Amino acid sequence: MTLFLQNARIIDPEQDTETLGNLVIDAGMIAAIGLPNAPKGAQIIDCEGKCLAPGIVDLGVKIGEPGERHRESFRSAGQAAAAGGVTTVIARPDTLPAIDTPETLEFVTRRAAEASVRIHHMAALTKGREGREMTEISFLLDAGALAFSDGDRVVTDTKVLSRALTYARSLGALVVGHPQDPGLSKGAAVTSGKFASLLGLPGVHPMAERIGLDRDLGLIEMTGARYHADQITCARSLPALERAKKNGLDVTAGVSIHHLTLNELDVGDYRSFFKLSPPLRAEDDRVAVVEAVASGLIDILCSMHTPQDEESKRLPYEEAAAGAVALETFLPAAMRLYHSGALSLPALFRAMALNPAKRLGLPQGRMAVGAPADLVLFDPDAPFLLDRWTLKSKSKNTPFDGQRMEGRVLATFVGGRQVFALNKE
Amino acid sequence: MTFRARHLLGIQQLAPEEIRSVLDLADRYVDLNRRTVKRTDALAGMTQINMFFENSTRTQASFELAGKRLGADVMNMSVAQSSVKKGETLIDTAMTLNAMHPDLLVVRHGASGAVNLLASKVNCAVLNAGDGRHEHPTQALLDALTIRRAKGRIQRLTVAICGDIAHSRVARSNLILLGKMENRIRLVAPPTLMPSGVGEFGCEVFDDMRAGLEGADVVMMLRLQKERMDGGFIPSEREYYHRYGLDAEKLSHAKPDAIVMHPGPMNRGVEIDGELADDINRSVIQEQVEMGVAVRMACMDLLARNLRAERGAKAAGVMA
Repeated sequence: MTLFLQNARIIDPEQDTETLGNLVIDAGMIAAIGLPNAPKGAQIIDCEGKCLAPGIVDLGVKIGEPGERHRESFRSAGQAAAAGGVTTVIARPDTLPAIDTPETLEFVTRRAAEASVRIHHMAALTKGREGREMTEISFLLDAGALAFSDGDRVVTDTKVLSRALTYARSLGALVVGHPQDPGLSKGAAVTSGKFASLLGLPGVHPMAERIGLDRDLGLIEMTGARYHADQITCARSLPALERAKKNGLDVTAGVSIHHLTLNELDVGDYRSFFKLSPPLRAEDDRVAVVEAVASGLIDILCSMHTPQDEESKRLPYEEAAAGAVALETFLPAAMRLYHSGALSLPALFRAMALNPAKRLGLPQGRMAVGAPADLVLFDPDAPFLLDRWTLKSKSKNTPFDGQRMEGRVLATFVGGRQVFALNKE
Repeated sequence: MTFRARHLLGIQQLAPEEIRSVLDLADRYVDLNRRTVKRTDALAGMTQINMFFENSTRTQASFELAGKRLGADVMNMSVAQSSVKKGETLIDTAMTLNAMHPDLLVVRHGASGAVNLLASKVNCAVLNAGDGRHEHPTQALLDALTIRRAKGRIQRLTVAICGDIAHSRVARSNLILLGKMENRIRLVAPPTLMPSGVGEFGCEVFDDMRAGLEGADVVMMLRLQKERMDGGFIPSEREYYHRYGLDAEKLSHAKPDAIVMHPGPMNRGVEIDGELADDINRSVIQEQVEMGVAVRMACMDLLARNLRAERGAKAAGVMA
């Protein structure tokens, strides 16, 4: 089937351009851009001048299968992703049990078929994510693992990690690390400082992230492995990252949308929906990290979608679980960075679609003829009030509940097929 | 008399005139408590439940006595006998108790913010009797009353708070209260027991105790928890006592009429010299205990007044 999307503001992250024009989808691919008239027999969709961009490629989404399907299933995650303009999800392996064998990977791959968007998987770097023995990296690659990660658990034994990295290097596998010094961050619920002290909550110094990053970068220099730091959230981590890139290490870095749009003060009166891992940072850090995304030092923006049920959040702050759902709020929250002038739309989609796809070797993320027609149509200016109970995610733990958002997804296409359309009431 | 709060969760929420109202009323309850017949009917017919998720003999006794002297029906629920041990969550416990229509809930919990969470789920007045490292408002109020009665004022004094400030809710509440009442505050502690971001608190910070006590009107000592003494935060008990234990020599750096306070229970020979703690010319530690009952009576009385007014307004609304 051929689709003709006319009168769209086409965002091209590769060319760094925004142009008003038409786009043809044929056989699941982008067939033409800028064609003045619809090809014969094409279904015409009028975009009314709204933005059309490559669908978001979200690296590091938690889905509760296996083990915690009450929090999120592949079906519900797929619906949430479609509603949020996320066309490719790269799921995390921190499930119960962890995805650490080809068999569990085959199970989730089969289960993922019920989702309406593309789903890929990361596998654990060590068995049971326990940091003792490496997983069958080669078998897992054959079974489709895109990257290897122990989630937010740090492999504390540097010997184990260096061997896993060396082995991964020989296979060209990408290792996703969580830079955090486990000693300093033990038991922490917030970032240390005046605010943490006034609330009486145990805090972690931002230096814990830098120390973790420095250690990982040292091992990357030693082993030559391909490495991605999942979340860089502090100003003082940035020079270390810059140096590593300058020295030619195969290193990229990411950050979650929450760390770009919220800060530690949002925790306010012990609001556990704002409890994240790593914790929200000071405003200075937030600003520095936004600038690092704009300059390209931080490559990838992700949602760090982490569904938690009500019971694990309705607890005193220290005891409450960390993490927030974000698939559906990712794009509206990112629009805050656009409206504040911090990032242009092409720059945002470079970090949300093009860079993650490139890093993982996927053909998505491009607005070019011959690229898969994974697209999101959105209105960057549409205002709405977020009600968490309207989310499609099974878990409703969003920090944006009750907040004014600007920017709405109107339609989502995966391989040329429309998987979401906003109901206009 | 100004006191608008529905719950007493922390000093942070109180305005200076509200603090003054509590202290003024507490002064009157001090007089009552010194009589043979110590009862009023301010809380007659009301039910007070003391929920202590952390053990505390002293504070619980003080709240129980305060409630009984005001004529309330007081029930103590200690965690050892409760269903919390059976895995019930804090909120379920609170909702269960709430269904029994208490009027005042006095709560102590080991987690910072737990009392705020609980207060958001119940429809009675909640009093924070200490939550984690966050706040212990009645302690700060009783300390303020003790200071005001000893010094004749609670402004423009130099107060040194010494000891384990990082882990102390007493220090937090006192810091906030004394700041609101415009006092000069000094924090004295080894750097490992200083909270992070202390430089932004608007206090003077000392790791030398003698320098910190120089010219102080009030010396407030804090209890050092046993579990902090094992080399984790300080090298040893004896080294701590040598550098930060209050004795006559260190106290001589403060003003000659400086008073010595301690929230109790004391570790004699760790943070304070035993003889000094008993010196009736310097130590007001026993007065603090006495003021504790009066201050808690005042707080509960004021909260009960607001509760009645609120319910009265609601009832009137229903009628109209």
